[in-house]
Amino acid sequence: MEIFVQQVVSGLATGGIYAALALALVMIYQATDVVNFAQGEMAMFATYLCWTMLNAGVPYWGAFVGTLVLAFLGGVIVERVVIRPVEGAPILSIVIVTLGLLVIFNSVAGWIWSYVQKPFPSPFPSTPVKAGNIFFGSHDIGQIFVTLIVLACIWMFFKFTPLGLAMRAAAHNPVSSRLVGIRVGWMLAMGWGLAAVFGAVAGMMVAPVLTLEPNMMGGVQIYAFAGATLGGFTSPGGAVLGGFIVGVVENLVGTYVSFIGTELKFTVALGMIIVVLLVKPTGLFGTRIVKRV
Amino acid sequence: MGSRAPRVLLVLAILAVACVLPFTVSNFRLFQFTQVYIYAIAILGLNMLTGYNGQFSLGHGAFYAMGAYVSAIMMDKWNIHYAWTIPVAGVLCLIVGFLFGLPALRLEGLYLALATFSLALAVPQILKYFEHWTGGSQGLVLSKPGAPFGIKLNPDQWLYFVTLAVMALLFWLSANLLRGRVGRAIVAIRDNHIAAEAMGVNTSLYKSLVFGVSAAYTGVAGALSASAIAYVAPDSFNIFLSITLLIGAVIGGLASISGAVFGAFFIQFVPNWAQDISKAAPWAIFGIFLIVFMYVMPFGIAGAIRLLWIRTRRSRVALTPEARDTAHSQAPRTT
Amino acid sequence: MSAAPPLLEVRELEAFYGRTKALHGVSFSMATGGITTILGANGAGKTTTLRAISRMVRTAGAILFEGQPLDGRATEQVVQLGIAHAPEGRGTFVHLTVEENLRLGAWGRRERGGVEDDFERVYGYFPALKGRRRQAAGTLSGGEQQMLAVARALMLRPRLLLLDEPSLGLAPMVVREIFRILRTVNKDAGVSILLVEQNAALALDLADHVFLLETGRVVMEGPSEVLRKDDAIRRAYLGY
Repeated sequence: MEIFVQQVVSGLATGGIYAALALALVMIYQATDVVNFAQGEMAMFATYLCWTMLNAGVPYWGAFVGTLVLAFLGGVIVERVVIRPVEGAPILSIVIVTLGLLVIFNSVAGWIWSYVQKPFPSPFPSTPVKAGNIFFGSHDIGQIFVTLIVLACIWMFFKFTPLGLAMRAAAHNPVSSRLVGIRVGWMLAMGWGLAAVFGAVAGMMVAPVLTLEPNMMGGVQIYAFAGATLGGFTSPGGAVLGGFIVGVVENLVGTYVSFIGTELKFTVALGMIIVVLLVKPTGLFGTRIVKRV
Repeated sequence: MGSRAPRVLLVLAILAVACVLPFTVSNFRLFQFTQVYIYAIAILGLNMLTGYNGQFSLGHGAFYAMGAYVSAIMMDKWNIHYAWTIPVAGVLCLIVGFLFGLPALRLEGLYLALATFSLALAVPQILKYFEHWTGGSQGLVLSKPGAPFGIKLNPDQWLYFVTLAVMALLFWLSANLLRGRVGRAIVAIRDNHIAAEAMGVNTSLYKSLVFGVSAAYTGVAGALSASAIAYVAPDSFNIFLSITLLIGAVIGGLASISGAVFGAFFIQFVPNWAQDISKAAPWAIFGIFLIVFMYVMPFGIAGAIRLLWIRTRRSRVALTPEARDTAHSQAPRTT
Repeated sequence: MSAAPPLLEVRELEAFYGRTKALHGVSFSMATGGITTILGANGAGKTTTLRAISRMVRTAGAILFEGQPLDGRATEQVVQLGIAHAPEGRGTFVHLTVEENLRLGAWGRRERGGVEDDFERVYGYFPALKGRRRQAAGTLSGGEQQMLAVARALMLRPRLLLLDEPSLGLAPMVVREIFRILRTVNKDAGVSILLVEQNAALALDLADHVFLLETGRVVMEGPSEVLRKDDAIRRAYLGY
């Protein structure tokens, strides 16, 4: 029983990372109909920026916030400079552009910081937390809190602020948004900025566990896809929930099903995607978009 | 598209040059060109499905792998002559592709892309799992076939001609298919699914068939590559293969037969050039190439050529948006 | 009439969808405080004219609002100048609540304050909306959505209101109510209105100036009283 609870909590911790990245993917998909394949690599790059700041002596939470700011600016710049020129192009052409970004970020990170794995600090103590009879990793608990706080802030931003409202409007109905005076282009850019922020949070939380290296986010992005598929690409809340569920299932399956080692854990995530797509492609909370002919 | 004669002449001229090539370049260069033809066949397969029929596949590498391994296993385990393995690989992939196309009918756009992406991700692990057949992580070492009947060609040259012949045949078949009624039906399904259905096109059958044929083409390409490289191993068939094929299809030009060739040249040679430009971060250069190409030619190389052709012909016909789209997609004319 | 400059002036306006020309040199002007209606058959170019003013289509020719050219501007900028457009199909944000829709209507306005007062004012015109303010706009009936579209446009405190077929698909009582409110808004708040309508009788009743479009050209214009009384014109163009 104790192991079960431990694994669930541990799964929620990794699930939070998947949730953050899944939210980033879904936000951009909702606004632009494009999956940003470079999301994970942008997150990795942001994490390297954090590492650079930490190495320069900046205290952890200062570097954390600084990275979020840089990630936001980076996301805005990428959208305005790289994506905007191909906005009207066929979807697959935009996908190719995001693939181009993927390899650029990956390659440049390797060039600047080398492919050698680097340890990345966790802001949480290494002594475990005890609740009742059960021990939990502090990093796991801390991770869950950080993820929840970030998600809560974003939810409040979208629900209660005028800018959040305008961004929601721009994502759902750009034409009507223009007719009320919203500058849709800049709303999209800020959407990319926020998505980059989520990615950065995911990267900084996962780096202590996976160690920092340019290919760090590749696997995470796949799990994020699984989470977004499960929750629904048309539902940000669903994607978040999906991410958490994937994390928990991944952990439980790895613990309780004996022949699944780490290699086949991955296959579990892929299996989840396939099953969801066969049964209900739009995910748990997604809705079918009915197109008028 | 105007009279066919100049086009046919152009194709014949290119084929003539291609036939002369093996006697003028090094074996390594020849191998690279053989690889280009193999990619071209694979990309044409993908193009038929994604470009002409509008079904997004991010996992065509899986069919390439299937073709390669079917061929390799037949040669390795049962000593079957490589020539027979190629059509067998094609037929098997046709069947599997068709069967795959059936559940795929329920998936649109993003969701089909996700499904194919996930399947392609699983391929290396599945290949490693069935070690007894596939040789596991080590893969299978094969022998390069030599020219038959004592023809005075070295194995690289012989394989080059075999590949060229298969490519010419498959491209010709494709062109005929796509220019007729079938092609129009396929494109109609892409452009307006419901209208096509309402006009009496059996969209489900067509979509699954296109999936099958598309898989067959890519499978044949895989089978050819098994002989050309004389080695198959699971890690060469990872997700990057699928992504590379997609890049080739889009950069070359979706819904275009010639686009497959342009795309194949791109994915074979541009990474090498990128490395020449920067040893430190070659993929960054490649990424920049990708982005710049999409800015300048969002419809691919073939699309850009088409646009140029239309502009220089100084046509008096005012182009409505529909006509321009048709031209871009190089779809067969409907009237 | 006074020698005040016209609120809106359109000169030799051409509009294009891709390479197809939909307006062939339309010219008209509107005085401040006036209500003008554009009539014509389907496909005549009425909606296109409104879209041209809102910069939603490619145009050639001049469009001047309060003397300033609109041609080079983006839609968002036109809105910020004080032109509100309730488009064809209403354009409501269906996933957002009624209140959020209205709040967004106020996004483009110059004066930052007074939004809450405007909410009260608009709920005063359309009490049905007040009852449904936390409901998703997509769950409203057609008539309520049209009211929402007009209300949202009014939240901008516009000087010019562009309305595209407000009566479409609505019950006569609802339509009469909307038109009554439009008259009130024009008189009390001085909002000029450019109205596209299929329902010629209602439009002629509300408007002081009319012009008729036929395949992208103005074929007739004049004060609504004159056109209303002319039998030949009525029968030929207005169908009654």
